[in-house]
Amino acid sequence: MKLGFYPGCSLQGTSREYNESVKALAAAFDIEMKTIDDWNCCGASAAHSISKELSLALPARILALAGQQGFEQVVVPCAACYNRLAVAQYELNQDRELKSSIEQAIEMPLNNQVKIINVLQFINTYIKDKIADKVKKKFEHQVACYYGCLLVRPHKILGFDRVEDPTSMDELMTIIGATPLDWGFKTECCGASLSIARTDLVGKLSGKIIKDAADRGAEAIIVACPMCHSNLDMRRPQIDEYIGKEISTPVIYVTQAIGLAVGIAPEKLGLQRHFVKVNIR
Amino acid sequence: MNHTTAKNIKETTGVDIDKCYQCGKCSAGCILADDMDFQPSIIIRMLQTDDSTNNKKVLSSESIWLCQNCENCIGRCPKEIDIPKIMDYLRTESVKKKCVSLKAKHQLSFYRSFLDSIKMSGRLSELVMMVGYKFRTFNLLQDVKLVPSMLSKGKLKLIPESVKNRKSIKSIFKKTTTSK
Repeated sequence: MKLGFYPGCSLQGTSREYNESVKALAAAFDIEMKTIDDWNCCGASAAHSISKELSLALPARILALAGQQGFEQVVVPCAACYNRLAVAQYELNQDRELKSSIEQAIEMPLNNQVKIINVLQFINTYIKDKIADKVKKKFEHQVACYYGCLLVRPHKILGFDRVEDPTSMDELMTIIGATPLDWGFKTECCGASLSIARTDLVGKLSGKIIKDAADRGAEAIIVACPMCHSNLDMRRPQIDEYIGKEISTPVIYVTQAIGLAVGIAPEKLGLQRHFVKVNIR
Repeated sequence: MNHTTAKNIKETTGVDIDKCYQCGKCSAGCILADDMDFQPSIIIRMLQTDDSTNNKKVLSSESIWLCQNCENCIGRCPKEIDIPKIMDYLRTESVKKKCVSLKAKHQLSFYRSFLDSIKMSGRLSELVMMVGYKFRTFNLLQDVKLVPSMLSKGKLKLIPESVKNRKSIKSIFKKTTTSK
């Protein structure tokens, strides 16, 4: 099967360590993924706030390219891109008229059969069974698995994991020797695209997440979304200000945690790129 | 019931606001409810009244721009009312009718700067987006402190990434956005 890869814009910029760690992990397990040629931005939260048609056309171009290039499945590590692509695909498949108007906008036919999978589905499908045998150094730490909102909602469309208390990331952490904690903010939103215009609100929303994780003794927060990561990591000064003290709990991508456990060098996983220093290995 | 507001919303989004019986679960679970001028369930109630003053209040509220479409409300709604979809509709209407809340201007500037960058090259350049945002908001110094560490961590690309077929992106924007 031809497995496609859609990096999305964040993974080329502020979240390049996510890109690096996904690719390093795939390589360590001999999985070949090919990037969709000439991919464009999915429109993220900006497009659907301004124009419904634009918010469908941008993902539709990506889906059409994926189909044209013969991909059956596409791995989309960014939770926001995953959400936009899956939701657009669902909506266009529900409404034939809308689909044909979007096909006209992108000037490409859309067969819309390609399966969009997030990073946890990718790991579960291609890697999970082989992780235990490959673990070189157990990741023996208490972790808070943070799924955020876009990975699991809207559940009716995504149909991934449990909507209020997802467990797939916790299971992966158990396999590499970590202890996932029971905590209260698994799927609360971090403040997402308020990051630039309302950093105060991101400080508050992400602050609640960081505080709960730290209070329960998490040595790291594990994430699968570049937006969650940059809010929890890069906005730590605003978070610390909201909480009223400095919290040094690092935020690590699920691919980085597994990568460390299977013996990939920290530099190859981009751990040096975080704002909050990652001291645990 | 077949009032105008509900009819417009149903026609554009397919969502039936008359199904809402005001249980308040959406507002209870909304992470931004504390910061909103009208909480999600109140917005739905105001729309249900089909009153022009209420409609105007909703369209010029800050709430509709604070909403991040985290989808918690629909996840918990006993009637599965797609509030995020209504929020998208309200934001679009609010821009069309030029009644965006003054408090939300920066958020709208962020979205516009984001889309400008995509329109230009098909992919987001954080640098281009931030420059556009700063000029729109006169917030020239925001996040300047982050720049040196972003550069040293290799997180800031100076040259924007681009799709090969820029024309296709320009054409998509032309066909799907009536006004800027």
